[in-house]
Amino acid sequence: MSADHHHHDHGHDHDHHHDNRYSDMQARVKALETVLTAKGLIDPAAIDVIVETYETKIGPRNGARVVAKAWSDPHFAAWLKEDATAAIASLGYTGRQGEHMRAVFNTPETHNLVVCTLCSCYPWAVLGLPPVWYKAPAYRSRAVIDPRSVLAEFGLTLPEDKKIRVWDSTAELRYLVIPERPDGTDNMSEEELAELVSRDAMIGTAIAGAPA
Amino acid sequence: MNGPHDLGGQMGFGPVAPEKDEPYFHAEWEKRALGLTLSCGAFGAWTIDESRHARENIPPAAYLSASYYEIWMRALEVLLERHGFATRGEIDAGAKQMEPATPKRVLKAEMVQGVLARGGPCDRPVDTEPLFQPGDRVRTKNFNPETHTRLPRYARAKTGVVEAVQGSYVFPDGNAHGQGENPQWVYTVVFDGGEIWGGGSDPTLTVSIDAWESYLERL
Repeated sequence: MSADHHHHDHGHDHDHHHDNRYSDMQARVKALETVLTAKGLIDPAAIDVIVETYETKIGPRNGARVVAKAWSDPHFAAWLKEDATAAIASLGYTGRQGEHMRAVFNTPETHNLVVCTLCSCYPWAVLGLPPVWYKAPAYRSRAVIDPRSVLAEFGLTLPEDKKIRVWDSTAELRYLVIPERPDGTDNMSEEELAELVSRDAMIGTAIAGAPA
Repeated sequence: MNGPHDLGGQMGFGPVAPEKDEPYFHAEWEKRALGLTLSCGAFGAWTIDESRHARENIPPAAYLSASYYEIWMRALEVLLERHGFATRGEIDAGAKQMEPATPKRVLKAEMVQGVLARGGPCDRPVDTEPLFQPGDRVRTKNFNPETHTRLPRYARAKTGVVEAVQGSYVFPDGNAHGQGENPQWVYTVVFDGGEIWGGGSDPTLTVSIDAWESYLERL
């Protein structure tokens, strides 16, 4: 949408059941940025840096490197279990929405799945910004009551006797799922292993990929 | 509060719709919305708990039909007005009409990397020993405050087991309302699926929450 489509008359908001202020988000957000800039409260260039950072620097490749190292280095895996925040920081991944990390390891018996039913808590430092579905009502409502059907919608069918543990991120701990290492990867380097680890595998809506 | 945000176990939202190769942003305004939210958070005028509560307070019909960045923007406008930085009328007009309150800091471009790398840790020391230890059976309290809480409705008055003592953290229920940080111990508490959802629930399911100490009673 562009500002050209912003044709609603705000003087008649009371005639509508919903608030027309938000019918054109492009215009609404632009107005807000304009006001705050005029007041000297924000630096638009800072917004550019924030966006660039999350588009290019902080994303699920960070988490994939954590997983690959955990698969390759038993000492690192043990550290990750004991103190995930410090172990992850040792790879350079720190900061906003990664201040208090916990790593949860899938096993042959148990599959882990992470959700935030109350808002959109997500481990930004290792996975970047959350996908839309993670923040939307369908996932947040159903992950805790019917995770098996949710996983099926991602194309993941678990054996019936596989236990499912759902972690609802209700406090400031942020969870990273460490998927099981796929078979046939014994000779792969950390870099190659990281390629097998998708964002969804670290949320728990997928498993790690098989080597090509 | 029993708001629209407290979604665990609700029904009727349809299938999850993962988008293949989803971009980080679906419109230019979403980029600005992210940056504005972080930039205004840097004012130091409100806490993450107050901002979460502002989002929960969006009327249910609007909350459930809004995209998440729209939720952020609606809440941000409330916070900006509440703390004297910008009025609804100014945003409607897209023009400055009054001098704002003074922020503790203005986030400049050169500060961004440092601010993001530091984050906002909210672990705080407490003087007391943890009341509970791993393996303890506990029951969550039953309460329905009109104010902020991080105990979801589906996990109230339920029996579970403490799995881990996770440290002590700012207590959001009070902090969201300007009552200070009052840190408490936080525990990971695990519930059997059947305890929460009753008959017919997945027998292999366990669900955990992270619960502040005052949410819990010893069994």
